[in-house]
Amino acid sequence: MVMTETPIIRIRDLNVHAPDNHILKNIHLDIPKNKITVLLGPSGCGKTTLLKSLNRLTDLYPELKIKGNIYIDDDDILHPERDVSQIRQKMGLLSQRPYPLPMSIFKNVAYGLKLKGITKKDEVERRVQEYLKKAALWDEVKDRLHSSAEQLSIGQQQRLCLARGLAVNPEVILADEPTSALDPVSTQMIEHQFQELKEEYTIVLVTHMLRQARRLADYVVFIYYGKIIEHGPVNEVLDNPKEELTKKYVSAGV
Amino acid sequence: MISALKIKQTGSRFWVDRISTTWMLAGLFFILVVPFAIFLGLLIKALPLLYDQSLWAILSGTEWSPMRGNFGFLPFIVGSVLVTVLAVCFSAPTSLMAAIYITQFAPKRFLKLVHPVIDILAGIPSVIYGVWGVLTIIPLVAGLASWFGISSTGYSILAGGIVLAVMSTPYVLNMLIEVFRSMPIGLKEASLSLGSTYWECIKHVLLRKGLSGILAAFALGVSNALGNTIAVLMVVGNRVQFPSNVFEAGYPIPALIANNYGEMMSIPLYDSALMFAALLLFVMVTFFNFASRYFIQKYEV
Repeated sequence: MVMTETPIIRIRDLNVHAPDNHILKNIHLDIPKNKITVLLGPSGCGKTTLLKSLNRLTDLYPELKIKGNIYIDDDDILHPERDVSQIRQKMGLLSQRPYPLPMSIFKNVAYGLKLKGITKKDEVERRVQEYLKKAALWDEVKDRLHSSAEQLSIGQQQRLCLARGLAVNPEVILADEPTSALDPVSTQMIEHQFQELKEEYTIVLVTHMLRQARRLADYVVFIYYGKIIEHGPVNEVLDNPKEELTKKYVSAGV
Repeated sequence: MISALKIKQTGSRFWVDRISTTWMLAGLFFILVVPFAIFLGLLIKALPLLYDQSLWAILSGTEWSPMRGNFGFLPFIVGSVLVTVLAVCFSAPTSLMAAIYITQFAPKRFLKLVHPVIDILAGIPSVIYGVWGVLTIIPLVAGLASWFGISSTGYSILAGGIVLAVMSTPYVLNMLIEVFRSMPIGLKEASLSLGSTYWECIKHVLLRKGLSGILAAFALGVSNALGNTIAVLMVVGNRVQFPSNVFEAGYPIPALIANNYGEMMSIPLYDSALMFAALLLFVMVTFFNFASRYFIQKYEV
């Protein structure tokens, strides 16, 4: 990818194998800082696996074999001796469905702080408020911070997960189809937050929705069956695709 | 529109539907009625004793001499509770740790290995556990007691607790494995991606999420232990006393009934007292189930 920005994540020769499937094939990709990079492609093409490799959640699936290098700030994420929890704190994850932790709204956000060793009460309270505001949730929950997070609506839960992820002060936000379970209003809110957050964070967004990619992306990476078919600035890839497969996908207009 | 959608139900399909529904209802009704019938039956049989002595006197009495008409149940209640508490103290942490290891750390094929073992443990008849207890646990407990400087035959509430723990483990473990297996992987990913270690994820998230299920599993273990008869009876010593340490013999309620029913030799009220013992056990288990249900619902998330 020809780009002037300094990449924050560099992926080199990444191959992921499942027992009977070559999920990702020779992925070579730079992800630019403070931009929204969209991983686009049909369901089951390996986008999510690529995203999960970035913070080594692939460790949870022992059947996956991963080869190659992924560098964040010149640290090799895939190096077996790296402190994986430290690497993961550089990235906040937003999954397809929100998974609020089984505790109060306040504690959900404070959880990451606790893991970081921040326990001073006023400091924690200040930060929880700060991140809930960043995720545009504060006004809706400020009167019930200590009730269970699972009572929130699903859209609120997703914003809570965003606040929770921001609380560990990551550099990158990994979002795996974060709006696929949400109603249009909540979707809009999340998308709006993303636009604001890219000032401070790098966002990697997985989606299969072309329209969402158009709305949000600075860069688009089109993936098809584990291969990067085409990647570049959003207007190049979506408006003037060079590859046949991309043209097909774009003209389907999903 | 609506009347047009109404399908006229006639013919054999209609009747099959009717009969099967009735049959299911009848089955349900039967299941619901049995516990009440048992309770009433036991109560009626126990009434002569309750007319003769006050409930409080029976429950708090410490002397058991049927010939003289003394039916004090406290030693048996204490015996049952002690053996059960010991059993749960042994089996609960073991099962919990085993379930966490099997579902979170061990390779998947390990679970395939564990399931048949659990089934075998669950399928062994109670009396075999009893024999195993007599042959293996009793000498061990006796040895342990002498190591502590206490003389004991080995027939003790500790032996009862150990045998019960082993017996209830398959049920508790099985349920706990289900609890942890049904945990959504997204929840783990959420915790881990926030930078928690695996253990922090288990401690703060999975245990909390599974709390109601874990309590339910332990409750199952307790009910199981409270009612177990044969194996306990064979190793617990069966002496009417308040054990002053775990190496002394005790006498749980089920053992009392099993040892004496049928040999009451026309002693007045003896029969009624044993029925009262059964009633007491029934009430204890029921009460415990309600209490645990309350907590399970309270911690449901």
